[in-house]
Amino acid sequence: MEPFALSFRVGVFLLSCAALYGAAAGPLMAQQSWQPSKTVEFIVPAGTGGGADQMSRAIQGIVAKYKLMKQSMVVINKAGGAGSEGFLDVKNSKGDPHKIIITLSNLFTTPLATNTPFNWRDLTPVQMLALDQFVLWVNADSPYKSAKEYIEAAKKAGPNKFKMAGTGAKQEDQIITAAIEQKTGAKFIYVPFKGGGDVAVQLVGKHADSTVNNPIEAMAHWRGGKLRPLCVFDPKRMPYKTKVTDKMAWGDIPTCKEGGLDVDYLMLRGIFMPADVKPEHVAFYIDLFKKVRATPEWQDLMARGAFNQTALTGKEYADWVAREEARHVALMKAAGFIAK
Amino acid sequence: MDEIQSLLHGFAVALSFKNFALMFVGVILGVIIGVLPGLGGANGVAILLPLTFAMAQTPGGTTSAIILLSCIYWGALFGGAITSILFNIPGEPWSVATTFDGYPLGQKGRAGEALTAAFTSSFVGALVAVVVITFLSPIVARFALAFGPPEFFAVYLLTFCAFVGTSKEPVFKTLASMMLGFALASVGSDPVTGTLRLTFGSTHMLAGFDFLIAVIGLFGIGEILLTLEEGLAFKGASAKINFRVVLETWRRLPTYWKTSMRSSAVGCFMGIVPGGATPASFMSYGVARRFSKDGEKFGTGQLEGVVAPETAAHAAGTSALLPMLTLGVPGSPTAAVLLGGLLIWGLQPGPLLFVEQKDFVWGLIASMYLGNIAGLIVVLTCVPLFAAILRIPFSVIAPIIMVVCAIGAYTVHNAIFDVWMMVVFGVTGYVFKKLSYPLAPMVLAIVLGDRAESSFRQAMLVSQGELNVFFSNALVGSMTALSLFLLLWPIVSAAIAWVRGKRSG
Repeated sequence: MEPFALSFRVGVFLLSCAALYGAAAGPLMAQQSWQPSKTVEFIVPAGTGGGADQMSRAIQGIVAKYKLMKQSMVVINKAGGAGSEGFLDVKNSKGDPHKIIITLSNLFTTPLATNTPFNWRDLTPVQMLALDQFVLWVNADSPYKSAKEYIEAAKKAGPNKFKMAGTGAKQEDQIITAAIEQKTGAKFIYVPFKGGGDVAVQLVGKHADSTVNNPIEAMAHWRGGKLRPLCVFDPKRMPYKTKVTDKMAWGDIPTCKEGGLDVDYLMLRGIFMPADVKPEHVAFYIDLFKKVRATPEWQDLMARGAFNQTALTGKEYADWVAREEARHVALMKAAGFIAK
Repeated sequence: MDEIQSLLHGFAVALSFKNFALMFVGVILGVIIGVLPGLGGANGVAILLPLTFAMAQTPGGTTSAIILLSCIYWGALFGGAITSILFNIPGEPWSVATTFDGYPLGQKGRAGEALTAAFTSSFVGALVAVVVITFLSPIVARFALAFGPPEFFAVYLLTFCAFVGTSKEPVFKTLASMMLGFALASVGSDPVTGTLRLTFGSTHMLAGFDFLIAVIGLFGIGEILLTLEEGLAFKGASAKINFRVVLETWRRLPTYWKTSMRSSAVGCFMGIVPGGATPASFMSYGVARRFSKDGEKFGTGQLEGVVAPETAAHAAGTSALLPMLTLGVPGSPTAAVLLGGLLIWGLQPGPLLFVEQKDFVWGLIASMYLGNIAGLIVVLTCVPLFAAILRIPFSVIAPIIMVVCAIGAYTVHNAIFDVWMMVVFGVTGYVFKKLSYPLAPMVLAIVLGDRAESSFRQAMLVSQGELNVFFSNALVGSMTALSLFLLLWPIVSAAIAWVRGKRSG
């Protein structure tokens, strides 16, 4: 801590020294003591245009608009190998406080499915920004009004008759599909597509029977009367009460558990840093994201995407990630998705 | 005519001084982005997206923001042709086909004509596409819904087959080059199982081979190696740098109206589906070669060979915005970033966008007309300037090209490994040229290989392995049949000729 403090004014230096001794006051003081000294790289382990990319670019825009940081922030997409490229980059940047990464579920799924050597423990957890929701959708012309009816129909039709379209292979959409299969005994054909928008249109065009699109991906077609939501994979209903269609708000969609399908899944939108960074570095970013989350633009983004706004830091966050990892291992093992 | 009224209203929105200035700024930025290899339209728009974030918060700001970004897109579409014609280095995937005749034209000292033809036909293609968007959007949007995995595969198959079937090169050399491209395209993640393949345990190979690296190497570096072998020329090509060249070329262009119309149709179809601008340009080039009375001379520097791919690419690039706006499906990587922008600004693309955000949609459509006119003015006035670059001696320009290529290759993934890959591709390109193997089929396969593979395997999943899914309805059946016909055409025509010869003999 001291070399950093030396480069600042004497007053800050003294405060920082005090922080060295005062254990409880430590993080609070340290918060003032470090600022990025060059451009911060914001890594997105996914392609341009997807959910993670949108969120990171929105954050970049908010940080620039409110001048929350003296240095600038650049978003860099490293999508190769289902995100491995980005995660390995951060893993190999030990101690670099000018690099942060936003995660999708591929934080867990990619190393398991591809044997790429990284794990969230190679990174420093900073902040959970939000959790992304998943909704079970069917075409509005189909006869199914509830999750239960749909699953029963899929079971009755026999294995490999109903088609579930989703984003990516052995990633969140396919894992939810596998979880449904493990819970109910129905068996779907899972068809992987590149992006959530494509998936939604495949369902509108009746090339698939159902999807587990994120709210924002399917919303336009729901409002256009082409798709019907059956249930949300969150243990609690979504809190958004504003009407999205003529009759329904996000909050009116029943949970899958209510609908007779006992599966829940939420996707992490969280921030990590490289390993071996100092506590004041982490503190700086936690404070930065606190400011970001307080802006009206962020609140808009959350409402539009119907996000679950749980935001954790520190040990709570790390514990959450560890629990999720264990769950992914169990689900993927049962589905046979783990690379040998 | 509701559309005309809405459009006039749109012009009123788009024609504010601020928006007009943004149009020119966007087009100029876009041209620069299109010229620099490595920095594609998608990257350019993505970099500027956060800047528009604050802009979009002001009233009417979303229209200004999308005008700025879409004009960057138009600019990049225009700009991609410049380096193709001057240096045989396509700045964007869709300008690969422009090199086939554009570069020979440039070498003959007719770069000005080639550039004028490229820009003008880009403009014509875009104009046709915007007219389609203006009047046919509701019908056309529904058409895109008919496309599932088998239909998409049929589109890619059609592109490949049209290329092989109409190729002048020996068929087996074309196929060999294309297969090598497919092999390169399959490196990285398997799209269906998610496992890694052909990476040989190297973390550098995770992302696969990017098209841009391959093109910069194969075309750019390969070309420089060839020129070096022929001896260092210290004189530049003589190029007319007279503005009259534009007017002279314009006088000749109307004779290619058939090619223009055909290419616009191919382009609009591919953009709406959305198959993308790259297959559109290749397919249109193949079709033009087939039907033109000068088809035999294609590849040696025919103006028509520049008109065809450029018209189609721009028509596709423009009409790709239609599925993006009405369905939320991006027709190109750049459209994907624009889509992300719309979502960030709080606009929800989809069937209701045309109803709820009239100002925005019609402002955007009006800006498509105006932006393309702005683009045409900007690039045409620069034709003499661009053409004059060729007068710079090779010994000066070659090192500059090498440096720009290396920077471009590095920019794609911020990886030095890619720069080495560029050199490897450069040597490959040189060897290919020496053995007279065509490079274009390989590039086509690298660009479309993974998409074709995904669609094929999705179709196989859906049909549980039955190949007859490719004939399961009129749409996919006719596309597959047409592909097979085009593929087998050389054999069929040879057989017909043989039978006729026998009869008369």
